[in-house]
Formats: sequence, structure tokens, C-alpha cells
Amino acid sequence: MASDVGTDVAERTHVQLSNAVVRFAGDSGDGMQLAGDQFTNQTAIAGNDLATLPDFPAEIRAPAGTLAGVSSFQLHFSDQDIHTPGDAPDVLVAMNPAALQKHLGALKSGGTLIINTDAFSGRNLTKAGYDEDPREDGSLTDYQLHEVDLTTLTLRALEGHIERGELNKKEAERCKNMLALGLVSWMFSRPIEETESWLESKFAKKPEVADANVAALRAGWNFGETTEAFVFTYEVKAAKLPPGRYRNITGNQALSYGLVAASVRSKLPLFCGSYPITPASDILHELAQLKRFNVNTFQAEDEIAAIGSVIGAAFGGSLAVTASSGPGIALKAEAMGLAMITELPCLIVNVQRGGPSTGLPTKTEQSDLFQVMFGRNGEAPIPIVAASSPADCFHAAIEAARIALTYRTPVVLLSDGYLANSAEPWRLPEVDDLPDLSADFGFTTEPNTPDGDFLPYLRDPETLARPWALPGTAGLEHRIGGIEKEDGSGHISYDPANHHRMAELRYERMDKIAAGLPPLEVDDPSGEADVLVVGWGSTEGPIRAACHDLRARGRNVARVHVRHLMPLPQDLPDLLRSYETVILPENNMGQLVTLLRSATLVDIKPYNRVTGQPFSATELIDVIETLGWGESA
Amino acid sequence: MTTNDSKLTKKDFTSDREVRWCPGCGDYAILATVQTLLPELGARPESTAFISGIGCSSRFPYYMDTYGFHTIHGRAPAVATGLAITRPDLDVWVVTGDGDGLSIGGNHLIHALRRNVNLKILLFNNEIYGLTKGQYSPTSPLGSVKKSTPMGSIDRPMNPVSLALGAEATFVARSIDTDRKHLSSVLEAAYNHRGAAFVEIYQNCNVFNDGAFMAIKDKDQKDHNQIRLTAGEPITFGPDGENAVVARGDGSMKIVPTEEAGDRVVIHDPNKPEPTTAFALARLSHNPTGPTPIGIFRDVDRAAYDEVSRDQVEQARVDQGEGSLEQLLGSGNVWDVVS
Repeated sequence: MASDVGTDVAERTHVQLSNAVVRFAGDSGDGMQLAGDQFTNQTAIAGNDLATLPDFPAEIRAPAGTLAGVSSFQLHFSDQDIHTPGDAPDVLVAMNPAALQKHLGALKSGGTLIINTDAFSGRNLTKAGYDEDPREDGSLTDYQLHEVDLTTLTLRALEGHIERGELNKKEAERCKNMLALGLVSWMFSRPIEETESWLESKFAKKPEVADANVAALRAGWNFGETTEAFVFTYEVKAAKLPPGRYRNITGNQALSYGLVAASVRSKLPLFCGSYPITPASDILHELAQLKRFNVNTFQAEDEIAAIGSVIGAAFGGSLAVTASSGPGIALKAEAMGLAMITELPCLIVNVQRGGPSTGLPTKTEQSDLFQVMFGRNGEAPIPIVAASSPADCFHAAIEAARIALTYRTPVVLLSDGYLANSAEPWRLPEVDDLPDLSADFGFTTEPNTPDGDFLPYLRDPETLARPWALPGTAGLEHRIGGIEKEDGSGHISYDPANHHRMAELRYERMDKIAAGLPPLEVDDPSGEADVLVVGWGSTEGPIRAACHDLRARGRNVARVHVRHLMPLPQDLPDLLRSYETVILPENNMGQLVTLLRSATLVDIKPYNRVTGQPFSATELIDVIETLGWGESA
Repeated sequence: MTTNDSKLTKKDFTSDREVRWCPGCGDYAILATVQTLLPELGARPESTAFISGIGCSSRFPYYMDTYGFHTIHGRAPAVATGLAITRPDLDVWVVTGDGDGLSIGGNHLIHALRRNVNLKILLFNNEIYGLTKGQYSPTSPLGSVKKSTPMGSIDRPMNPVSLALGAEATFVARSIDTDRKHLSSVLEAAYNHRGAAFVEIYQNCNVFNDGAFMAIKDKDQKDHNQIRLTAGEPITFGPDGENAVVARGDGSMKIVPTEEAGDRVVIHDPNKPEPTTAFALARLSHNPTGPTPIGIFRDVDRAAYDEVSRDQVEQARVDQGEGSLEQLLGSGNVWDVVS
């Protein structure tokens, strides 16, 4: 955010910006996620491109005022096409000392800092680890500091509500997030009518609460307008996005919609068997709201039952999915092997979070690639598709379903905590343009041998898919199970040569999937790059942003994003071999790089970090320059 | 292949696979009873699915010429639940054992029962791990000296009927592998029960635990020890009905001579809404070493989970109309960008 315009205390200056990063931070009870969501909606309506990064503690309500209890929401918005939630914020709203302590370090030098002075009591300062009041020790002099008594202002705005007994003081105080939102909305010249109508519908059953929140929101806006403390207002013009109809969408929502779309486009009922787990639960919640699409949701007693029910539903002819995260996937491992050997189409969603063990439930990581690739007994290959952005979760879900139905196999769909909770504008696809999955499979209804027998493991030579014959079909009664089976008949078989053949077939089916993939798309506008950056999953945004920036500085850098991790695209090895330098950043300690080195024998340079946070573009610019050219520009 | 107009027989439910249980295993008798009974009940092979876990009993589906799924250890009720929810047209049977259903799969069993999913669950209880060659199981008597317990097992056995009643299963029964008539009548009632039906079948493992159920199977002992539960009848037993079951003041049951019992003899009522009396009956025996009730302990009506689950889907379609993908994608705040 640029602010190199002269100041005149009496007059306000309106500054045009290309982009801005705003971060709201406060106690987990302060409503920061809600304020952030609403600011995001206003931003979307203003036509900016945007990306968000919610960050909250795993505890529902950690002790108030502590560092552990700080929750934040960052929004990056721009008049250009952007790919990340931004690096250092231009504006930080800190609702208490703990939020300031935790987030001040990220704020840009000279950035705008709004603090709720009402919360800067001695006790809150101690809880946040301050020996001295940061307002008085000179540590905030590098910023445009605005000390605002947000709580007092909120209570003043709601005096009438309290007097009328519509809400008590404590309830009134809770509206301070709306006051802060009103103030920031004013700073960025955002109309607040949409937020008002959202509040009215959210609290439709409690009109007095809706009314109080609207009053606080307006009070915040008016405070900005009337006080002379704020000399700048800002505006970020609408981005030039491709024409179409847009909405904001988070990864979990897009993934759920993708599953529904796959169900509609395959003409199969959708069955979701899941067990609650952060950060995947929203998929179960979302689908439970969509029963009108012939969606049946089952909250199982545990992770194993969840996938068990999915296998049963797949056996019965549903498009079946279970959504979980690393610890839950660990429990599902044996059942995933069963789904693989019985060759039943189903989807296993892993919304990855920080590991190992319980790890960091609300933080993001890409460290379950090895788990989903290898975490089963025996030779048990399962296709893996990884989503690359919140909106891409929609298309990745459809792609995972396509592979499952066409090749009759469980498929792992990888997302992560960052994609799950972040939002971005999504240009709505035309439903008719979505793949027609019903053309990719059919239920078997007739015997498949000349002598009238039905062999459940007699494969389609094109896809190596076995027939999907549903219970209820007379004459095709058959038994399947986890014991090794005879090629063709599917009868139990302990024959050594047959076992080897079946293992080969399971890998040959992966080759068939790879052969059906479209060619990789390399992003290299110059066509002369010697350095290739490989990404997978949610690193696409920061890698794309970093490459964009590097090119602007004269660096020729190419980029490829790998969506299919099992099987790998057949053109990937040659592609990697054709560059002098190949760099692979990932939010783990080096998983895809290990697989690709083995598959290609290319000496790929890894960059790895697991801090629970996605990469920033700035960080990757530095990494790519250092690994690619051995220097910084 | 069967057609709807032919009268089905045992043959139509018998697969071409060679049965590979140990000679003399109680599983043979259960298999024959089920294969004979299903056509008599009007079941169709194509509309029948047998789902099993792991263990000797779980090989059962391979021998039925129906749809079958030999899943993984303990998880059959979970797989069957997914099938039952999505396919109301099928008869879904679960075949499990004391290790599969009560140890590794205990969680799924109790949840399938409390949810009342429309499943017929047959638990073959032989009080031993047979397939892994003779370790004690969750139903083996205290002090069992087996391969893994050379000094005797030290954990108390589970009573499967008590467990099922504790989970508030709507149908709970017990029978014996070789008593074809009794087993058939219990299975018929289970088949006709809408919801989860749990049947414990005492099944002899003649290799690793032979004679575990002698007290109620041996011809010299069975008349003295079988307490046959019949709805509406007083609970008496013995060769001449000389023993009777009466309730103590605390609700638990005891056995007294019939002549002393008078009108205190408990009249069996499996339809009682509360499982308390059925539970007290189940506590009369711990492992069948003495008088042991067999028959239907409980048989009550309650909405089946799978049915209500499907009703919700239908209700949503009635209330909100069939979903439109265009509308869903375009829901919430949308805005248009024009070139």
C-alpha cells in the first residue's frame, strides 16, 4: 500500500491504491473471523480480486487475553489478478495487547496500526507478555498509530439499547468487532449496506441483536468520518477479471459443491460418511445442508466406520465420499486398502493439517503426501489428486470422481487447511460445460462371458476397470473381499503367479489413468527459461505470484503445477529433464521432491518449511533467486 | 440365476465354492440352516447381501449364492450400514464372531445397534479365536488357559446379549448352532424385524474350544439347563418344568423350584419398551455353564436409522425442491464482470 501523499490535518486525502493487505487480530472471542468475512464480502462486491488467510487457535476459547487465544483474519485485495493472501499487512487492527504482541512484527514499516486502547489494561499487558505499555515505550513509533477506544465507543453507540434492556453491557461490548469493521470499511471507502443486510438476516430471530450490530457498524464508519485522526482514505479499484459471474468461495465449500456437481453429472446419489475433524468438518456440514440434491450424510462413530460406510455405499452404487484429515486418514488406512483391492469407486478427502499425531489442527501443511501414497500394507496404489486453490477444490473434486468412476478405484483428494478456510473470487462455470461423468462408466447388468457366467474381475481392456455390478441385479450375484483374488473370476486365490499378476495389474491401471491425463501446462511466457519451479497443492498461489514478480525483474523463470500425484503425468520426467535448474518448494520436509528425484533422477532443489503457515510470495522470490541463480537481484 | 416366478430352494442360495471350515465345525450347521431358511422366507438371492468381517465365521458370505462382502476385521457393521442406508431394497445380513464383533469391532456393533440400522447381525460365539489358532476371546470364561494365557485369562468375559441390550438394540436373541428348529424360528423373527436384529449363536469350535456349550447342548444336560423364552409364557424349565424364573426385589432374576414360585413366575414379554427385564434375564448365565436363556429376549418397534435418514433426504426435496446446480453455484453474493 503506497501512501506517499502529503498530509494536511484539516483536509482528508483520498489515495488510490493498487492493492492492500488488512489484518484483523483479536481474542478468539472478539469476532475477528466474522469481521474479516464481512470485509471480504464488501471487497468482493467492490470487484477486487482477493485472497484471504484466516488463522485461529485450535482451542474453541483459549484463556481470554493470552497469546494462545489470538485469532486473526488477513485479506489481500487488488485491482490486479492476485494469488496469495499477501505478505506483510498494510493495516493491522489489534483488539488487545496479545494481538498486538503476536502480529506487530508482520506489519509493514510505516503501516497503519489501529489498537483498541480500552483493552490495554495492566493485566492484559502482563498476559500478553509486555513488561511495559508498548504505547509508551516508543516501540510503535514506526507506524501510523491510531489509539481508538473501541469498547467505549461501542458502549456509547449502544447506550440506548442497554437502557431499553435490549441487551446487557457484556452483550453490547461484543459488538466492538462491528465497530472496528465499520471504521476499516470507511478507511477503504466501502459501502456497508451489504453487511447491514447480512446482519439483519443472520440475526433475523433476534432483531435487537441485529439492530445493535448495525448501530455499532455505523458508529465505526461515522467515527472515521468525523474524527480528524484519520487523514487518509483509500480506494482500490475493481480488478480487471475475465468477464463472467463471480462469487467468493472457500476451499471446503468449493470441494463440497464439486462433490455435488460430480453426483449430478454422474447421475449417482451422493453418500458422505464422515467423522468430525478439523479442518475437514465443514465438508460434512455443507453436504448435510444439500440433501435436496439426493445427498445422504452419515456422521459415523469413528473414522473407520466413516470409510466403512462409504465402501458399503459404493458397493451399493452410490458416489461415496469420506472427508477427513491426517489423523483420520491414518485410521482409515486398512479400509482404503480394502476399497483398493475390491476396486470400488469412492473418494477419500484429506484436508491436510500440521502433523504428526494430533499436530497443529488449525494450521496448514502438505505433509500427508507420503501418508496417502504409501500408508497402507502391501502394494496398494491409489490415485491422488491435489487441489491448488480454494476455487480449484471444486474442479479437483470432479476430477477425482472422474478417475474413481472411470477406473473403478478409490481416489484420494488432497486439500489443506489453508485452502479449506481461505476464500477467493470464483468465476462460476457453466453447468453444461462440466464433464459428463455419466458417460465414463455404466453398471453391469448382464453376464460377461460367452457361457453366461459373471466374472467380477474380468476387466475392460481399455481402462482395466472391473465391472460394477450392483446388489439387486439378478444373475450377477458375486462375492468380493480383502483376500487376494483370482484374476477374472475374483475367487480367493493363493496362487503365487496370480498374486504377482494382480499386483502388476493394479499398477497397470495407474498407467492407464496416466495415459488419459492431458499434457502438462508449463507457464513460461518468455519461452527461454532455464529455471523451472514445480509446485503441487496450495503452493500454486505463492509460486505463481513469485514467478510473476521475478519476471517483472527480468528473470526468465518457468512454472509447472502438478495436479495428479499418483499416477504422475507421463510427460513430467522429460519436462523436468529439459531445464537446467528445477526447484520444488513444499510445506513439508521434502516429500514430492523425494518422489520426483526417484521417478526422474533429476537433481531437484527442494525448499521446505513447516510453520503451519502457507508460503509468502516474498519468501519464494528469495528462494527461487537463490536456488535458481545463486544470488538475489 | 433365478427368476421371480420359480420357487427357490436351498440350492439357489448355495454357491459353487467348496466349504472350508474344519470338519465338525458348528458353522456348517448354521450355514445349512440359513441356506434352507431364506428361500422359505421368500428372500431373493439377488436382493440379499451378506457382509462379514474377519475370522472363521466371516468366511460365511463365500458360501452363499447371494451378494457378499468379506470386509476387514471388525468393520462389517460399518460397511453394512453404508449399504443399508443407500439400498432399502436389500436384505443386509452381517456375519461376525466374538472376536470380530465384540473385540476389534465392538464400537461398530454397539453403534449399529443403538442406531437401529436395518441389519440382521449374526454373532457366532465360540468363545475362542479360531482362525488365529486358539487365543482366548472376549467371551472366554475367566481363567481360560489358552495359548496367550498359560496362567489363565484375567479379564472378565463379555455377555453379548447384555451388551446388545445395553446398546438398546430393538431385537436381541440367542440360539444354538445345531438346534435347527430353534435357530430357524429365531432367524425368521429376526428377518421379519424392521431395524437392527442381533442374534447370538452359540457355535462349537471343535478344534480349539470343543464342548464349550455342553451345558446346554449335551443331551443329558440340555433339558436341565435350557431356559427357552417364549413370548406370553411363564419362564419355567427342566425336564418337567420344575424350575422357574422369578424376580428379586431389586429387579434381578433368580431360579427357584416352580412349586415355590407360585404366581411370581416371570411371564416372558419381549415387547416391553424398557430393556430392564430382558437385561435381568441375560444376567442369569455367564458363559453357559448352567441354566441359560435362549430365544428372543427383546423385540420392540422403533424407527430404523436408515429409513429416517432417507426420509430426511425426501423431506428436503419436498420442502426445498430438487436441487439445481446452477442455483447452488450462484447462491450467496454474486457479481458480474463485463468485458
